[in-house]
Amino acid sequence: MITVEHLSKTYGERLAVDDISFKIEQGEIVGFLGPNGAGKTTTMRAITGYLMPTEGEVWVADCNMRKDPLKARQHIGYLPETIPLYTDMTTRAYLKFAARLRGLDSKITQRRIDEVVDVCQLQEYCDVLTGKLSKGFRQRVGLAQAIIHDPDVLILDEPTVGIDPLQVVQTKEMIKELGRKRTILLSTHILPEVSLICERVIIINQGKIVAEDSIDNLSKFLNTRKQLRLRINGPAEQVIERLSKIEALLEVNYQEPYYLLEFEKSKQPQAEVNQVLAQEGWTLFAMEEIEMSLEEIFVKLTRDSEEEL
Amino acid sequence: MRRIALICGKEIGTYLSSPMAYIVSAIFIALSGASFTTYLAQTSYSDTSIRGFLETGQLLILLFSALLTMRLISEERKLGTWELLLTAPVREYEIVLGKFFSSLLVLVGMLILTLYFPLLLLIFGDPDTGPILTSYLGLFLLGSASVAIGIFASSLTPNQIVSAVVAGGILFGLWFLGMVGSLIPEPLGEILSYFSLSEHFPGFVRGVVDTRDLVYYLSVTAVFLFLSVRSIETERWR
Repeated sequence: MITVEHLSKTYGERLAVDDISFKIEQGEIVGFLGPNGAGKTTTMRAITGYLMPTEGEVWVADCNMRKDPLKARQHIGYLPETIPLYTDMTTRAYLKFAARLRGLDSKITQRRIDEVVDVCQLQEYCDVLTGKLSKGFRQRVGLAQAIIHDPDVLILDEPTVGIDPLQVVQTKEMIKELGRKRTILLSTHILPEVSLICERVIIINQGKIVAEDSIDNLSKFLNTRKQLRLRINGPAEQVIERLSKIEALLEVNYQEPYYLLEFEKSKQPQAEVNQVLAQEGWTLFAMEEIEMSLEEIFVKLTRDSEEEL
Repeated sequence: MRRIALICGKEIGTYLSSPMAYIVSAIFIALSGASFTTYLAQTSYSDTSIRGFLETGQLLILLFSALLTMRLISEERKLGTWELLLTAPVREYEIVLGKFFSSLLVLVGMLILTLYFPLLLLIFGDPDTGPILTSYLGLFLLGSASVAIGIFASSLTPNQIVSAVVAGGILFGLWFLGMVGSLIPEPLGEILSYFSLSEHFPGFVRGVVDTRDLVYYLSVTAVFLFLSVRSIETERWR
C-alpha cells in the first residue's frame, strides 16, 4: 500500500533522511519510531507529497508520488504534527472545507461529516470555532479531517502528543478502530503507545532505519540475555561482590531497591542464586525474570547505530 | 475550476469574518472621498471629474493590496494549514488563483463602494462618462497587478509583516520606476518607464484604452501569479 524506495532528503547541507526503503502492506498498522530529529516527519512529509524527495521514489496505493501526485494524495489522510486548523472556522465548516478540498460532492460531504463527527465524538463541538477548542479536541478535529474522505492510507504524525492521559487512551482506541480497514503509519517517540496499537515498528535514527520488525520478533531477536530482578535484605556492596562470583553471570547492577542480574538466555541460574544467598544468610524477598522492554530495545538500538557512525 | 472556486470562497469567508477587509475598505473610501471632494473644491466645481479620487486612489490601491494579500499564504504557513492544502489533491496554481480571485473580488467590492462619486457627478453635474469608465478599468487592472504582486510576496515568507513590506517594496518600487526612467537618457530610460506601474495609468484617466497598457497590467498579473506558483513548487524541493 505504501512503498518507499531509497528515499533521501537533504535540507541544504543537512541530510535529514538517508536512503531508506520500506513497504507497508494493506491493513497494517505500523509504528514509526525514533528520537526527535531522526527524520520521522520528513519521511512522512515525503510520503504525503508535501515534500519532494531529493532522491528515491514513493508509491501510495500504486500511484507514484512524483508522476501522479494528485491521484496518490487522494488516497491519503494526513494528520501533520501541527494540527492544520483554520482557527476562524467552526468545526463543521472546517470539516466541510476539508471534504470539498478532497473532491467530495455536497451530498456525500454532509453524510461523511456526520460520520466522522460520530467517530471522533465531536457532536457537541460542531459549532465551536476550532481556535477555541482545547488541545485534545483540536487533535480529534485533525483526525476527523484526515479521515473525512475515507482514505485507504492514514499518516499520523505524533497523534497523541500534548493531550491528557484519558484522551490518549481514547485516541488510541480510535486509531485501532480506524486501522481495521485502513493502512496506518503513525509516528511517535512514546514507546508504550506503539506496543499497544501497532503490529510492526520501523525504528529510525539519524535518517537511517536501524530496525524493522514485528514487535514480538524485535524483542525476541534482541533478547539474547535474560534479566533477573531481585530484592535482597543484605549489605549492598557485599551482596554485589558475592553475586559477581556466580559463573554464569554477565553483569550485575544495583538500582535501589533492586539488583538486576543479566545472564545468557539459555542459562537457568535461579537455583544457584538461591544457594549463594542461603549460604550468606541474606533473605530473598523477591526474584523474577523480566523481559527487556521496548524502551530498552529502543535505547540500545539507537545507541548502537550512533556508535557505528 | 471547482477547486479554485472552493479556495476563493473560503478566503472570501475569512475576509468577511475578520475586521481587516472592513477597516481597509472604510479607510479607502474615507481617504479617496476626501481627495475626491478637495479636488472638486479646488477647481471650484468646474471640472466635474473623478481625478481627485484617482490621484489618491491609485496609491491607496497599491498600499491596500499589500495589506489585503499579506496573510493569504503567510498565515497558512504559520498555522500549519499549508500542509493540509499541499497534501490535498489540489494543484499549486489552483491555490494561487483561488486566493488571487478572492482578494481581487474584495478589491472590486471596494471599487464598487466608490461608485457614488461618479453617481454624485451625474446627478449634480455633467461629467464626461468615457474617462470615468476607462479610469475604473484602469483601477481594476492596477489592482489585479498589485494583488498578484502581494500574493507573490506572501508566498515567500510565513511572516505577514515581512510579506506586506516586501509587497510594498515591489509595488512602490515599480511605481516610482517611471520617475527614475524620466531622469535617465533614452533608450534605457524609456525601457525603465515601460516597466513602471505608474506610466500605464494616465492613459486610462484620459479615457484612452491603449493595448500596450492593457497588455502591461495583464502581463504583470500573469508573471507574478506564475512566480507565486513556482515559489510554492520549489518549496517542496527545498
